[in-house]
Amino acid sequence: MKISEEQVRYVADLANLRLTDEEVARMCAELGAILTYMDKLNELDTSQVEPMAQVLYEAEETATLRDDVEGPTLGAEAALANAPLAGAGYFKVPRVIER
Amino acid sequence: MPAHTIEGMASTASIQVSPDVLARYEAVIGLEVHVQLATRTKIFCACPTSFGAPPNTNVCPVCLGLPGALPVLNRAAVEMAVKAALALNCTIRQPYSQFARKNYFYPDLPKGYQISQYDKPLAENGWLEIFVDGRRKRIGITRVHLEDDAGKSLHEGFGDSDRYTYVDLNRCGTPLIEIVSEPDLRSPEEAYAYLNELKLLMQYVEVSSCDMEKGHLRCDANVSVRQRGVERFGTKTEVKNLNSFRFLKQALEYEIARQVAVLESGGTITQETRLYNPDTGETVGMRTKEHAHDYRYFPEPDLLPLKISQAWLDRIRASMPELPAQKRARFVRQYGLREYDAQVLTLSRALSDYFERAAAASRDPRAVANWVMGDLLGALKAEGKEITESPIRPEQLAELVDLIATGEISGKLGKEIFAKMFATGDSPRTIIEREGLRQISDADALSRIIDEILAANPKQVELYKGGKAGVLGFFVGQVMKATRGQANPQLVNQLLKEKLG
Repeated sequence: MKISEEQVRYVADLANLRLTDEEVARMCAELGAILTYMDKLNELDTSQVEPMAQVLYEAEETATLRDDVEGPTLGAEAALANAPLAGAGYFKVPRVIER
Repeated sequence: MPAHTIEGMASTASIQVSPDVLARYEAVIGLEVHVQLATRTKIFCACPTSFGAPPNTNVCPVCLGLPGALPVLNRAAVEMAVKAALALNCTIRQPYSQFARKNYFYPDLPKGYQISQYDKPLAENGWLEIFVDGRRKRIGITRVHLEDDAGKSLHEGFGDSDRYTYVDLNRCGTPLIEIVSEPDLRSPEEAYAYLNELKLLMQYVEVSSCDMEKGHLRCDANVSVRQRGVERFGTKTEVKNLNSFRFLKQALEYEIARQVAVLESGGTITQETRLYNPDTGETVGMRTKEHAHDYRYFPEPDLLPLKISQAWLDRIRASMPELPAQKRARFVRQYGLREYDAQVLTLSRALSDYFERAAAASRDPRAVANWVMGDLLGALKAEGKEITESPIRPEQLAELVDLIATGEISGKLGKEIFAKMFATGDSPRTIIEREGLRQISDADALSRIIDEILAANPKQVELYKGGKAGVLGFFVGQVMKATRGQANPQLVNQLLKEKLG
């Protein structure tokens, strides 16, 4: 296995996911398959290839920036429309004591 | 950075360490300061950044983290961050810096990650000079990077606050720079001076108003202690919530004493995050999840690498104003001010501008400096006014200074006229004409007044002739009283000495 059950549980915990034992086993297999594929890619010698962070890397530096000009906002009503719980214009969540 | 409440934490007993013991240790402090940039709109969307708007009104799909929304970087935020970095003598990273996602869960972070910079920050390797105990010291700046702010969680103040936290996302996406110092600070005083100088610098280059009450300037500290003479750093703690200058000093003093007490009792320091509680003056350890700090940074795929070309950098550099340190040095050189006076007069750009306008219009810049620092700042403070609201224009103050310098009016009369200028906003000449306050430099007129006074005070005349030279001051006072302070003091002195032989 490329990835242990322990590692899967750790990553799941970081992602706020609760997985059953069955799901952990499935994730081990699926994530393992992805990592195996990465190994396949790693077989290629890329030492002479410049890393490419973005396909638009060569664009003019300012072409992809915005001017500091105000645009329309959603407003509170629309912003809160999909909130499971809201009140007094705020989103409401179960009381947070610590993260 | 996750926010935390201070509830449910164990409190630490008050710390008692004798000054002798404390003196054997040295503190090692590094500061992480978040500065809110003064852009009109957010860093990745066009929502306004205005303070005090009704909750959740200045939001859009981007800052709410709605599916499919894409960030577009604000050019003004980049320029301000570069300005700040240049003011801190940093090198702008070439060929590009990069944004990264910092992943954590908290209700005021709807995206589930903060867009920050990680291994390729905007700028690195700078320094900031501080002035403590008459000595200059260079504090290293590790890095300056751009990031977005989170929203605000309200844990108190609502009927059901015992069950719910209220979240306002207006602040979400507000542009911040994080400025990380090297662990070069050795005392709470140095940390205070550093934060003060940093604030001043950010205000000078106009990248932030640095209003601490509005959270524009937020500070965390990394603190450790070591015995003097020991090279190796001790284990550090991170102290959060140092959001006023007073708290910064108090919290650092407490934390240093706490660490020393732990070590002195044979204990070891635990590397942890501690929160300062201004109500108790203590720092308390925060119970956090074991792997809460595994943020799983990875490059932000929705944003391009940030390239700052030489041409752009040159344009930004050309737009930079004179920085406080440069201005102080120039004030000393150009106007012959003392270092301390130059320091005071550069405490804000508005104050230094006021001084310069007055100094340029006067023949005696040093006297101008004294009037600005003493009478003017005092009078403004008494009325709760800023220098920009001064009823006396710089040119009028210069006129007053010159009237005294040329001997047209006495210093005492000058003070009186100053008070009237402050109350009315009129020029000194206007006040002098209107109230007939011109100085009496007529020797005959003064001579007559002096004769009367000498005749009325034979005992004091005897004393003076008997060798008590101090009595001269009494006579000068009497003449001033008789002339309502309008007598030319040099002339009065000269005439008195002649007459008393």
